[in-house]
Amino acid sequence: MSGRVLVGVKRVIDYAVKIRVKPDNSSVVTDGVKHSMNPFCEIAVEEAVKLKEKKLIKEVVAVSCGPQQAQETIRTALAMGADRGIHVQVAGKDYESMGPLQVSKIMAALAKKEDAQLVILGKQAIDDDCNQTGQMTAALLDWPQGTFASEVALEGDKIKVVREIDGGLETIRINTPAVITADLRLNTPRYATLPNIMKAKKKKIANMKPEDLGVDLTSRLEVLRVDEPPQREAGVKVETVEDLVGKLKDAGRV
Amino acid sequence: MFPAGRYSSKAHRCIRALKTVQTEYAAPQLYTSLHRRTCSSVSTPRITTHYTIHPREKDSRWEGVEMERFADEADVVIVGGGPAGLSAAIRLKQLANEHEKELRVCLVEKASQIGAHTLSGACLEPSALDELFPDWKERGAPLNTPVTEDVFSILTEKHRIPVPILPGLPMVNHGNYIVRLGNFVRWLGEQAEELGVEIYPGYAAAEVLFHEDGSVKGIATNDVGIAKDGSPKDVFERGMELHAKVTVFGEGCHGHLAKQLYKHFNLRENCEPQTYAIGLKEVWTIDEKKWRPGRVEHSVGWPLNRHTYGGSFLYHLNEGEPLVALGFVVGLDYTNPYLSPFREFQRWKHHPSVAPTLEGGNRIAYGARALNEGGVQSIPKLTFPGGLLIGCSPGFMNVPKIKGTHTAMKSGMLAAETIFPKVTAEDLESETIGIHVPEYSDVLKSSWVWKELHAVRNIRPSFHNYFGLYGGMVYTGIFYWIFRGKEPWTLKHCGLDAHQLKPAKECTPIEYPKPDGKISFDLLSSVALSGTNHEGDQPPHLTLRDDSVPVNRNLAVFDGPEQRFCPAGVYEYVPVETGDGMRLQINAQNCVHCKTCDIKDPSQNINWVVPEGGGGPAYNGM
Repeated sequence: MSGRVLVGVKRVIDYAVKIRVKPDNSSVVTDGVKHSMNPFCEIAVEEAVKLKEKKLIKEVVAVSCGPQQAQETIRTALAMGADRGIHVQVAGKDYESMGPLQVSKIMAALAKKEDAQLVILGKQAIDDDCNQTGQMTAALLDWPQGTFASEVALEGDKIKVVREIDGGLETIRINTPAVITADLRLNTPRYATLPNIMKAKKKKIANMKPEDLGVDLTSRLEVLRVDEPPQREAGVKVETVEDLVGKLKDAGRV
Repeated sequence: MFPAGRYSSKAHRCIRALKTVQTEYAAPQLYTSLHRRTCSSVSTPRITTHYTIHPREKDSRWEGVEMERFADEADVVIVGGGPAGLSAAIRLKQLANEHEKELRVCLVEKASQIGAHTLSGACLEPSALDELFPDWKERGAPLNTPVTEDVFSILTEKHRIPVPILPGLPMVNHGNYIVRLGNFVRWLGEQAEELGVEIYPGYAAAEVLFHEDGSVKGIATNDVGIAKDGSPKDVFERGMELHAKVTVFGEGCHGHLAKQLYKHFNLRENCEPQTYAIGLKEVWTIDEKKWRPGRVEHSVGWPLNRHTYGGSFLYHLNEGEPLVALGFVVGLDYTNPYLSPFREFQRWKHHPSVAPTLEGGNRIAYGARALNEGGVQSIPKLTFPGGLLIGCSPGFMNVPKIKGTHTAMKSGMLAAETIFPKVTAEDLESETIGIHVPEYSDVLKSSWVWKELHAVRNIRPSFHNYFGLYGGMVYTGIFYWIFRGKEPWTLKHCGLDAHQLKPAKECTPIEYPKPDGKISFDLLSSVALSGTNHEGDQPPHLTLRDDSVPVNRNLAVFDGPEQRFCPAGVYEYVPVETGDGMRLQINAQNCVHCKTCDIKDPSQNINWVVPEGGGGPAYNGM
């Protein structure tokens, strides 16, 4: 086994920022808005670095697809302990239409190219909430997948994954190589401290284009319109059950 | 009521303020027993857990925790990535390139990205920028809106009295640009990085380091991973030390490290205390028909009374979509503890001369920041062994012009020009290991910054007279417009802003209108728009020297003014869970780093320290 782990990190609008829709309803405003690494991607990086510290794997490679600013996100991953980075350059219209299908094609191609033993991703991104990239990557590679992982244990050439599912927790054992997606309770990510950020400047980030990996970025989806969610209406308090039934009848609900 | 002679009424107010402070300390017991609402039947709950108040050396939870810090050396370390800090960094690198010398310049900034904590009107005077980058236009500096119209008014509750802006008055804006200062600072950051400055956003300078000879050695960044109760978490990591030959402090208005430096080096012994104002700002997209790009509007008067300094601004930006930047400034020497600067701002927007511009528009941003009003009288000693102060931190704002960016930038540039020969000298003879650069102070005093500030030095203090605002305007008309500030006297300010509050029982509560949700808004939805956030599990960075003072003094005597002057709703007095009485709740996560509480707390009990870096507002082009 190569002992190499690929970790995908996505640069998203920071979770605390108020989102604003562009006046032409085409997308949200991103210019100058505070961005940071997707919280689930931070957990993924932390898990990979933890595995390396336990000497269960040899190298952590952080991957991000996006414009020039994606490099900042890769640097944060490097500061958390990743060994090197890969920046797949996607900009402009291609970046706006890029979704889980395109990213999973890129991740699959890179996993093959880098002879990865494990691909760890966040379970979903907080901007699109798709929760698809990990699953699609596994399917494209024909690898087993351990999604919504709240515990990961390497046992020889197999991996035991405890998954958070609707009914509780499910424990599965899968073969390597595999794809794992990180859920909230997997770990608490470490801070990227300043000395590590400075050291990370010396770590390598390779640049490549999707064409170099033979990936076609055409999207099968077209965004027609982006709208803000409707304003919440105030609730109405009623005194008696009769009033409640009356109001429901008026609203045509009963 | 004493007859009004300007000096005697001012002295009278100062004496009265002093007397109030004295009587409060004389009989605190009276209030605890008489005012049941404010006395607690339980002892004061612990509020402050920060290590600056409860040292870790004495804390058993910290035994055995590794406290060693990684250290690195630079030639110059700059604290603060605002106009002053970035101008200093840029100028240093320009000089290094000119003279083909190697120079390592590191800049630390507590915001997550450069510009995220920047907030200003702003009407930029490009004088300093012309000197820093004569080719700023080609470089793409975001000065997109030259001022085309200048309007000044006095407002009454229903009407607007236009005041002619005669050439020569400080508020003439011809030749200036309306800018989104956050975007301008971001552009400066890009220029600095291109020149090779190492910029580290997301890391706050939390501690000043000293050599054994007492000179400044550098700074240490904040520790991370301390829990809310003050104990270490699994992810605890020490901050890093950045050592430098000279450390430049450009923290902006009322910086927390500067506060420590004033005490440590006694820098304020020959100057007046700094006086401040709070500025609140919103950005709106408006109906295109109401949009007049390049228009600058200022007003004084309503809703403030003539004894409360303050006024409004409304600027029409020209950056593509119809955007206006508007805001309200209130001098922090106000006396009524029931005054809420935020609600005055919301109320002002309903004035018949303002509301039509906003009707049909959409609010997209909100923020607040304290600003200096002390001028020349309040500038401290600027240099000390190992470091110096630049920008709004010592305070170079031209108050009647309401501009401080150009002077801040110039102070940064002059700092760079005086530091450069000393840090690159082959054989410098320095008395201390941290280099002292007193030349910076001399060069600043003979520059246009000082000339400008000297000419306007008496305008703000002239406000303290029986006629308040109108007396001040008359004074400005005579002594600035006609005599160009050449009068031989220098008026004094009235002492610390914190001591100007009158006890609540001597003042009348102000009836503010409810926000209508279209033009005026409530506090919490405004704070949400600032994008502010902090790691929740950390000790509150609004530390209290004494946890019992808020309820026993601030609430008892002044009815808890901090719940009104904080523009982010950080301070709330809530009933205690069991028994009678109130307690102070600090919602540290809301903080927008404006520093008003540290300035205006009548007991001077609140000490604002820096939270984990990266936290705070996420302003975008404010």
